[in-house]
Amino acid sequence: MAESATARPAGALRRLRPSGALAGVVPFFAYTTVFLLIPTLVVVIGAFLDGDNRFTLGNLDGLSSPSVVRGIVQSLVLSAVTSVGGAAIGGLLAYAVSTARDGSVTKRFFTSLCGVLAQFGGVALAFAFIASFGGTGLLTVLLGKVGVSTGTGFWLYEWDSGLMLVYLYFQIPLMLIVFLPAVEGLRPQWREATETLGGTTWTYWRRVAAPILFPSFVGATLLLFTNAFSAYATAKALVSQGSPLIPLQIGSTFTSEVILGQENLGKAMALAMVAVVAVVMAVYAWLDKRASRWMQR
Amino acid sequence: MSATATAQGTPVQLTDLRRVYGGVAALDGLTLHLEPGELVALLGPSGCGKTTALRCLAGLEDPDSGTIEVGGRDVTRIPTNKRDMGMVFQAYSLFPHMTARQNVEFGLELRGRDRSARRARAAEMLDLVGLGKHADKYAHQMSGGQQQRVALARALAIEPQVLLLDEPLSALDAKVRTQLRDEIRRIQLEVGTTTLFVTHDQEEALAVADRVGVMSTGRLEQVAAPAELYTSPRTPFVADFVGLTNRLRARVEGGRAQVLGGSIPLLEGSATGPDVVVLVRPEGVTVAPAEGASAAGSASVVSASFLGGHGRVIARTTDDELVTVQVPNTDVTRYRPGDAVVLGPRGDAALAVSAD
Repeated sequence: MAESATARPAGALRRLRPSGALAGVVPFFAYTTVFLLIPTLVVVIGAFLDGDNRFTLGNLDGLSSPSVVRGIVQSLVLSAVTSVGGAAIGGLLAYAVSTARDGSVTKRFFTSLCGVLAQFGGVALAFAFIASFGGTGLLTVLLGKVGVSTGTGFWLYEWDSGLMLVYLYFQIPLMLIVFLPAVEGLRPQWREATETLGGTTWTYWRRVAAPILFPSFVGATLLLFTNAFSAYATAKALVSQGSPLIPLQIGSTFTSEVILGQENLGKAMALAMVAVVAVVMAVYAWLDKRASRWMQR
Repeated sequence: MSATATAQGTPVQLTDLRRVYGGVAALDGLTLHLEPGELVALLGPSGCGKTTALRCLAGLEDPDSGTIEVGGRDVTRIPTNKRDMGMVFQAYSLFPHMTARQNVEFGLELRGRDRSARRARAAEMLDLVGLGKHADKYAHQMSGGQQQRVALARALAIEPQVLLLDEPLSALDAKVRTQLRDEIRRIQLEVGTTTLFVTHDQEEALAVADRVGVMSTGRLEQVAAPAELYTSPRTPFVADFVGLTNRLRARVEGGRAQVLGGSIPLLEGSATGPDVVVLVRPEGVTVAPAEGASAAGSASVVSASFLGGHGRVIARTTDDELVTVQVPNTDVTRYRPGDAVVLGPRGDAALAVSAD
């Protein structure tokens, strides 16, 4: 072995190195191929095929049906409201956490907690809310005992009330995690330079900090938007009547025992979602590039 | 702030400033006066309080006690944004979302100057720092040296009463640092603004300042012109911190120190005991190849180095003391490790400290 390696020309060794380096990323490419590329291809191709696997634009026509349009609009509204709300509250929390000393217990506690809460969704989260705010939920009963009525508890299962609250539950901590690095990137010298040049705290926030944070803030908000737009399990667990959101409608086309043969319409709806997410992520990437350029040392 | 005051500079008086952080005195009774138009450098090791002093003058820190007067006006409790001071930070202080021109215009805009006046002043300042052609660049498109020039232009644009430079060159590489150091001095002389320059680099301080204040543990050890500080240090700390120093055992006889086979006068403030340690600069010692029998000042060469503009010989005396000697660069090759040499004092006055 040693002899053959020594005998191998140096140029050949150099040529081997890149392929050796590539070997390290093969698992990643395999993973993205299986779980991202192939599903996307299946969706894209399926969106243009009918039940007999012939090319058709009928599935795209189906996107204009009132129920699908309603699902898309409601998904967009839900995502917009919870991303803006989550960004506003999470942004303020990120600033509050950023004022804590680096490495302090407070900072580590909040960032760890938010790391967990941002990933807390699906059936477990739905159950937590039902157990707390449902018709016979703990908080509903306790509030009722002190004379505060929260109604029948059905609001929890509506897309434009309960679902918004539940989504905010994971949107706020996600915002904190995503936005905190940007807030911490604000350099004390910028504030001090503003002050020595004659500015006030208000001047600093309005003229310096806010414009610098703006791309990061909008980028993080867009990330929250896609997070809400593509969420499925939480909505599925909480909403039992109908399919008010586009992810639930896509699920129905594959699992419903009432409506059959709509799988390719589901793929067309998924394609519409991919398009929305792609646009949003493209804007996010542009903003992120701009923000990171400003923050670089 | 009137244009006249800027042109003539403004006097600054720091009196008995004290600032304590968690039981440690960052400033311990600092008193310092800056003449109008003067550039004073505060020099000292990390944690000596020099930056705290500058930040107190800027209003970014509040002293626990003491007073700060600028142009005869007590500004001790006046907020930073009302003090009319320009400040250049260590690095990364340009607003990254603004171009160089917008950065320079920022302070003028806050002062309500109209657009054309701002533009003209920004162009003038950027020309002054040699960056007139880079007005539309953002910080990330400029080198560290260029960024610091813009920061200087921004600080000067508002015609401040006092210019504060907080280690503005420390993040730059050696060559740029030297260039910008000279540039800062040129510009400061041109605009005549009273300037406080904080640095831990003695060469920088000695090169740019009218006077240098050496600080240690919150106190000012000595304030003097660079040459005086170097040749006549008043405390052992100053002698040690500024330049290289040989610590040589000596006897005091008739007010002179007997050292290396010769005698040298002692500086004011020297220890008076018969046995002392004198602090002698490398250029205050002579070296020559030994000829004949050993005599006072005999030593053997440990190393000889060529350092560009000059050379350095390190020799060990018969008393086992290591002595550093500065020699002309052409003489370095005359000495090899192990060579016998004779050392002697050149005769410059030196500070003596107690031998205990």
